[in-house]
Amino acid sequence: MTLLSGADLAVRLNGNDILRDVSLSIAAGEIVTLVGPNGSGKSTLLRTLIGALTPSRGRVTRARDLRIGYVPQKLAIDATLPLTVRRFLDLPRPAAKAEAQAAMTRCGVAHLAKRQMADLSGGQFQRAMLARAILNRPQVLILDEPTQGLDQPGAAQFYQLIEQVRQDLGCGVLMVSHELHVVMSASDRVICLNGHICCEGTPEVVSAAPAYRELFGTGTGGALALYRHDHDHHHHHHHEAAQ
Amino acid sequence: MLDDFLVRAALASVGTALAASVLGCFVVWRRLAYFGDATAHASILGVALALAFNLSVTLGVGAVALVVALTIHRLDDRRQSSDAILGVLAHGALALGLVAVALLSGARIDLESYLFGDVLFVSARDVGVIWAGAGAVLAVLWWHWSPLLIATLNPDLASASGVDPRREKLVLTLLLAAVVAVAIKVVGALLITALLVIPAAGARHLARSPEGMALIAAGIGIASAGLGIGGSLALDTPTGPTIVCAAVALFALATLVPRVVLR
Repeated sequence: MTLLSGADLAVRLNGNDILRDVSLSIAAGEIVTLVGPNGSGKSTLLRTLIGALTPSRGRVTRARDLRIGYVPQKLAIDATLPLTVRRFLDLPRPAAKAEAQAAMTRCGVAHLAKRQMADLSGGQFQRAMLARAILNRPQVLILDEPTQGLDQPGAAQFYQLIEQVRQDLGCGVLMVSHELHVVMSASDRVICLNGHICCEGTPEVVSAAPAYRELFGTGTGGALALYRHDHDHHHHHHHEAAQ
Repeated sequence: MLDDFLVRAALASVGTALAASVLGCFVVWRRLAYFGDATAHASILGVALALAFNLSVTLGVGAVALVVALTIHRLDDRRQSSDAILGVLAHGALALGLVAVALLSGARIDLESYLFGDVLFVSARDVGVIWAGAGAVLAVLWWHWSPLLIATLNPDLASASGVDPRREKLVLTLLLAAVVAVAIKVVGALLITALLVIPAAGARHLARSPEGMALIAAGIGIASAGLGIGGSLALDTPTGPTIVCAAVALFALATLVPRVVLR
């Protein structure tokens, strides 16, 4: 069942066309990952889907009373704002004690409930944000580069947590990620974005697509793009990788 | 009771300080101090217009503060509001207001009382207006507390939770204009921002939650009003600046004492 979809979206910001002809949909239980170079409109697309931006063309359709859990890319809490992890969970509506406790436990931040948000490490902060995002048992979880600034083990643990949440809640997950190796192993579908949708499909399909390899295969010597599919069959990209 | 000028002054100061210090928490969290300055300074223009057209000063100040605040609000939406533009607006509006006062009303008003406040001369009616304004500001803050807070934290987070961050920002803009209108007779156009920022900044080091910070700021604001009036009587100094001096002293106390005690 499609929970959230965008049809033929175009977004203009400050006179620049950021997105055009973007159509996508998220169904329950699937993990969809957006990849694309910097400035390709990934965050803009997420912000359009949550209703923070109004598309100049096309429309966003949500299932009735859709509950969205959102983890923004960066949350700079001003040092002048005192806010404990537990109080953060009460925004914008007070959370029931048991539910807040369960969400914090699931995300491994229960012992930090009384800590100030500003004092948390990067990984703890992201977990606290995830705990807040899953409080209302979202049907769609939207995450914008949730592991930015985490080290590799931290990022791996965080993706495991998302996978766990997906299984427990049965929610659809839409996330932006730069970590292509994780994307390829953890996603059901990958959408490659560069102002428009270059290609999309299962990780296998996308990583073999010329458009994807053009975006990620050059400049990095192919190392990033080839991570997953260099061993799956007989592409002739080995010489490309060496270029 | 309202026949006593001291009682009127105390009521006016406490009402103003209460609204300003609680709203001031958002001014501090969102770094709107300069925004507050620009709005407050522009209110002198409102004084000039009110006197020229024989309107109530509170009304004139409120209207001009509203226009300026909304202008800045719109500029900010287009991401054009830099420090520089706010600086231009803040000081440009003040200068324009001073010139306008001179042109429109000649020399028949005491400009100083609008620049630095003159709370010892407020009327019973002024006290009523101040408390009505302050009460409205506090009521809106109470009503909008959670949406305002999440919009302050992150606009996208607010959007995803069904809170329109632009609306909450507009609410703050309106409240700021209201506080400027209420405060001008108490501390004057030049020191309104002080009443917004200093109690909240002082409360920061003592608070562990946003609500706690608002309550402590309110306490510091009220105490500053009381100490300021007492101080100005004892020392025969202007009341508005003395209230702000008391707030600064309490700020210093609240900032330094926890450090010494916790060490």
